[in-house]
Amino acid sequence: MLVVNTETIPGHEITKVLGLVQGNTIRAKHVGRDIAAELKNLIGGELTGYTELLTEARRQAVERMMAQAEQLGADAIVNVRFTTSAVAAGAAELYAYGTAVTIAPGSQAL
Amino acid sequence: MFAIYVGLFIVLLSGGLVIGGLRERKHLRELDEREREYADLPVLNLKTIPNAHEVSKPQMVMGQVVIATDYFKSLATMLRSLVGGEMRAANTLMLRARREATLRMQAHARRRGCNEVHNVRYGASTISQKKGKRGAMQVEMFAWGTAVKRGA
Repeated sequence: MLVVNTETIPGHEITKVLGLVQGNTIRAKHVGRDIAAELKNLIGGELTGYTELLTEARRQAVERMMAQAEQLGADAIVNVRFTTSAVAAGAAELYAYGTAVTIAPGSQAL
Repeated sequence: MFAIYVGLFIVLLSGGLVIGGLRERKHLRELDEREREYADLPVLNLKTIPNAHEVSKPQMVMGQVVIATDYFKSLATMLRSLVGGEMRAANTLMLRARREATLRMQAHARRRGCNEVHNVRYGASTISQKKGKRGAMQVEMFAWGTAVKRGA
């Protein structure tokens, strides 16, 4: 499945728009990572634990979005966006959404 | 007892100033170096891809980083919020985070065999923010875009 955040896909023509697909996950951080983060708040630098957590969570949101698109019989998702919201203290919702479409090879009119 | 607190405060402050400053300068040097390395992989925020018939392998790429500043700069921004004006320390932190996220996105694109990134967007999340805790300044930057391969 092709996933892009542009409105069109180069080299392909959008044949049918199937509708909005979305995927979300809510993740909480754990105390172990907080201790490392406290130290980094003193000396500065990357909080690797949080980076990993967010990377993994975002990937999962995208996967859920792709699963939904697959159910609709789509072969691509266009115009993908991400947003986050703070649900509770120490937790965040990562949300990915896009438009599921079917495509056919062909020149893309711009 | 009071002397211990004052002593700890001074140690944290000077430690933050020295170690934090060194780490920041090192990161900025690394960023310069890596940006030169990725100079041939342009990042654009155009919605449509110019000359789209020349490109192949369209796919989404992402880059993200969570980065904190040191104790000294956190305190400096806290004082700044009393008098207002530009927060230079926060400025640097945001720019570092954005450059790092962009570079990671470019690295992702290169790993996938692409040589251009289009329609780049930036976002931020708030997982590590603590309620009622001020001073600890950290930012979570996220960049994403559509990577393509131009040419054969």
